[in-house]
Amino acid sequence: MANTDYQLIILGGGPAGLTAGLYAARDQLNVLLVEKGVVGGQVLVTDWIDNYPGFPDGLSGSDLVEKMAAQVARFGLKTRNGNVVKVELSEATKKLTLESGEELTSQALIICTGARPNKLGIPGEEKLTGKGVSYCATCDGPFFRDQEILVVGGGDTAVQEADFLTKFASKVTIIHRRDTLRATKVLQEKAFANERIAFIWNSNVIAVEGEKEVERVRLRNNNDKEKEIAVSGIFILIGTIPNNEILPLDQLGTDKHGFIKTDQEMRTKIPGVMAAGDIRSKTVRQVINGAGEGAVAAIAAEHYLSELD
Amino acid sequence: MAGENVKHLTDAEFEEYVLKADVPSLVDFWAPWCGPCKAIGPVIEELAEEYAGKVQITKMNVDDNPTTPGKYSIRAIPTLILFKGGEIVDQVTGAVGKTQLVAMLNKVA
Repeated sequence: MANTDYQLIILGGGPAGLTAGLYAARDQLNVLLVEKGVVGGQVLVTDWIDNYPGFPDGLSGSDLVEKMAAQVARFGLKTRNGNVVKVELSEATKKLTLESGEELTSQALIICTGARPNKLGIPGEEKLTGKGVSYCATCDGPFFRDQEILVVGGGDTAVQEADFLTKFASKVTIIHRRDTLRATKVLQEKAFANERIAFIWNSNVIAVEGEKEVERVRLRNNNDKEKEIAVSGIFILIGTIPNNEILPLDQLGTDKHGFIKTDQEMRTKIPGVMAAGDIRSKTVRQVINGAGEGAVAAIAAEHYLSELD
Repeated sequence: MAGENVKHLTDAEFEEYVLKADVPSLVDFWAPWCGPCKAIGPVIEELAEEYAGKVQITKMNVDDNPTTPGKYSIRAIPTLILFKGGEIVDQVTGAVGKTQLVAMLNKVA
């Protein structure tokens, strides 16, 4: 048996990582979960979850995380806060290097690093982030009570959060680069029925402007006509990008967007390395399948480890 | 269940307790409706214990205290600002991990 610190390391503590940790700790593997922030991942910022079974009245994202964390704690999962800066993978040893220089090794690794909100990459966006530019409606929505704001995007997140934001804002305008929404029908219908939501179609935001805070945005429509509108907030909800910067992507194999490809047992091309949750190449990114993939990955890791013995 | 070492600040106390203090202060701007704020709560309590006597670890509820967050243009939470001698030394927004906060506090501790 290889001489490693752990049998299994789980990298990332969102729903996929926590569920993998639950399975692995419950089966008494020598396992460590490494998380760079706080456990929970993107679910933490989800206002309300109505489609996670077992909670008939729904619950907030942070409450779901709290319950998941309590459940893994019950089985004694070791977790460690640390920022991994390097991942080196060989068949025998999986090695993580922390920012502090410390190294952690394991025989098997489950990658659950997740995804993060995509940015527009336009002038003013970076400078005014946290000062009116936001990627999280539930975190920042209440700062815009009785104000006019913009939501960029046309998918589930954008449409659902626009509806949520009307709890606070006097008017929410959804700006979308096409003339139809991509969001599921039930969300679309809710948004169309909401009197406080307006739409601007076939247009892009090209700049965010303001001295200390967001004051206005510049738009350009598909006919190249520009206009300026006054808003105090802009919520950019245009999908996610993979948290893959520290990973050896060529070795792992990814799709063209940088999400990791796996087989249906969550195994990557490298023996003993699994991936689960939003970092995986897939079409559906929900809490429930993230958690499910975590379970599958943990079982795959157990099979891998048992064959090493 | 707030840790005993974490001081809950009001707008009225801010200047005296933070800006005019001899020791540095970390202020965690939060609200009860904010999931990530809730998630970093336990970390803040741990830091308050570990940095007792070196850095004042404080929290300010932005719903109850709108003036101070307004002054610092805070429109996203959690935002954590580290003050020393009345000036901002460092600030960070989001549910950051303990390691990152320790690195921030060690600049002044």
